[in-house]
Amino acid sequence: MGMLEGKTALITGGSRGQGRAHAVTCAREGADVVIVDIADQLGTVPYKMATQADLDETVKLVEAYDKRALAIKADVRSQEQLDAAVAQGIAEFGKLDILIDNAGIWTTAPFWELTDDQWDEMIGVNLTGVWKSAKAVAPHMIERQTGSIVITSSTNGLEAGLNYAHYVAAKHGVIGLMKNIALELAPYGIRCNSINPGAILTPMTDHQGAWDMFAGHPGGTEADMLEGGYSFAALKGTTFMDPQVIADTALYLNSDLAAKVTGVTIPVDAGHLILTGINPNPTR
Amino acid sequence: MGQLEGKVAFITGAARGQGRSHALTLAREGADIIAVDICAQADTVPYPMATPDDLAQTVKQVEALDRRIVATQADVRDLAALTAAVDQGVAELGRLDIVLANAGISTPAPTLEMDEAVWDEMIEINLTGQWKTIRAAVPHIISGGRGGSVVITSSLAAIYANPSTAHYSAAKAGLVMLMKVLAKELAPHSIRVNTVHPTTVATDMILNEPTYRLFRPDLAHPTRADFEEAARTLNKLPVAALEPADISNAILYLVSDAGRYVTGITHVVDAGGQL
Repeated sequence: MGMLEGKTALITGGSRGQGRAHAVTCAREGADVVIVDIADQLGTVPYKMATQADLDETVKLVEAYDKRALAIKADVRSQEQLDAAVAQGIAEFGKLDILIDNAGIWTTAPFWELTDDQWDEMIGVNLTGVWKSAKAVAPHMIERQTGSIVITSSTNGLEAGLNYAHYVAAKHGVIGLMKNIALELAPYGIRCNSINPGAILTPMTDHQGAWDMFAGHPGGTEADMLEGGYSFAALKGTTFMDPQVIADTALYLNSDLAAKVTGVTIPVDAGHLILTGINPNPTR
Repeated sequence: MGQLEGKVAFITGAARGQGRSHALTLAREGADIIAVDICAQADTVPYPMATPDDLAQTVKQVEALDRRIVATQADVRDLAALTAAVDQGVAELGRLDIVLANAGISTPAPTLEMDEAVWDEMIEINLTGQWKTIRAAVPHIISGGRGGSVVITSSLAAIYANPSTAHYSAAKAGLVMLMKVLAKELAPHSIRVNTVHPTTVATDMILNEPTYRLFRPDLAHPTRADFEEAARTLNKLPVAALEPADISNAILYLVSDAGRYVTGITHVVDAGGQL
């Protein structure tokens, strides 16, 4: 008996990375899954974003658990597209019990050099997109007087990060948004919480720009980044973590185990936030 | 296959309430239990505390789940007694993986009027007792070399102020930094340390007239219904008081593989109470 037997989950940014881990975990635990993803490139994003092939692959992985998957191309910056995705999900599966508000991008520049486009695209996806996704499912959850929303924040929702002020602002912002959603939906028995992932190995973090950032020079390698990752964590032998660790925490939050947990944010960061800055002497 | 198959957990305040619920939840998931409880009355506590019969009942219920349990009467203010209890448990059960520093009391009193004995006993049990629990037990996790997990029971009172709880809140807030320092010290040993912060939970520590009066200072002899009316306003989800199992489930998440990269955090379980 799975922990989400008979439920339906909608996951934004669900085609790969953390989103795929959420989709597969929900399916493994008995839920049908609506996978929403832009599956397209945004103008300011320097790494390759998800594609239709990624979306198709996640559908296959969900179906391997004998659960139904509905893949929808939608941009979280468009309320119209999200509302249509939610309507299609409800038409297909009859209901939505869970929203994993996960879609996000990561770009970098000193705050005084960020372009308007970089700022706007970041806030549009990582903050406003989270609000629009929750807004799209809320009336349905209120009508059914049940539901659980998990928002993906970041350790950068609780601390600064060098050269991504827009990302930090958005990730701080979604924690305030989470608390307000929790407050406003509590009377209907609907819960809302967020997760603060530390360093997670996904296509958003595993690319040349990130390798260079960790290497401290152009021409960095993935090995440079994974080496640097040890200094980001306190726990023994920990560098960039598997997306599954975030999916495991979302599963807890969306399950009955957390029936009375709402309005909280859970860091899953291998102790990063108890470090002062970085770990100068990582235990390997 | 349980989530804690083959593990051993040390739990203080295990005779009843949240402590018993934790013991049963962990045992259901496959863990053997080392349990301690004072099973006696502390001087300043205005409600009946646990008895040897309560502890015997926890033993019976754990054994009914086909798990082993080593239970000892011990006061968390007595480091030597705690150390002896854990040492004996580890000798019998072979290892230690999990520590739940759960024992606690509640003795509401206005800050400027409370007796010195009330303040001192609170700090000795709810703060120093948790340190002594960890001091006695965690070396066994370290020497096992397999890593492990410690959960300290703090409270919403560590975050949210209420009158007549200064000593309780100070102790519970102190636990947060005890937890963070420990999390940092123990991370190189793959031992995780976190706190849980429950809102009101329906246990004998809460379901008594002195506590009802804390919630209803307007009434001379408030009933449980009067208390629940006020307690409900603390929470945002439509519930007056949580069940011990709600806290046990959060602890299960923290100590299980699902929480394997969660350390140094304060996990609030409060039905939205802090919002």
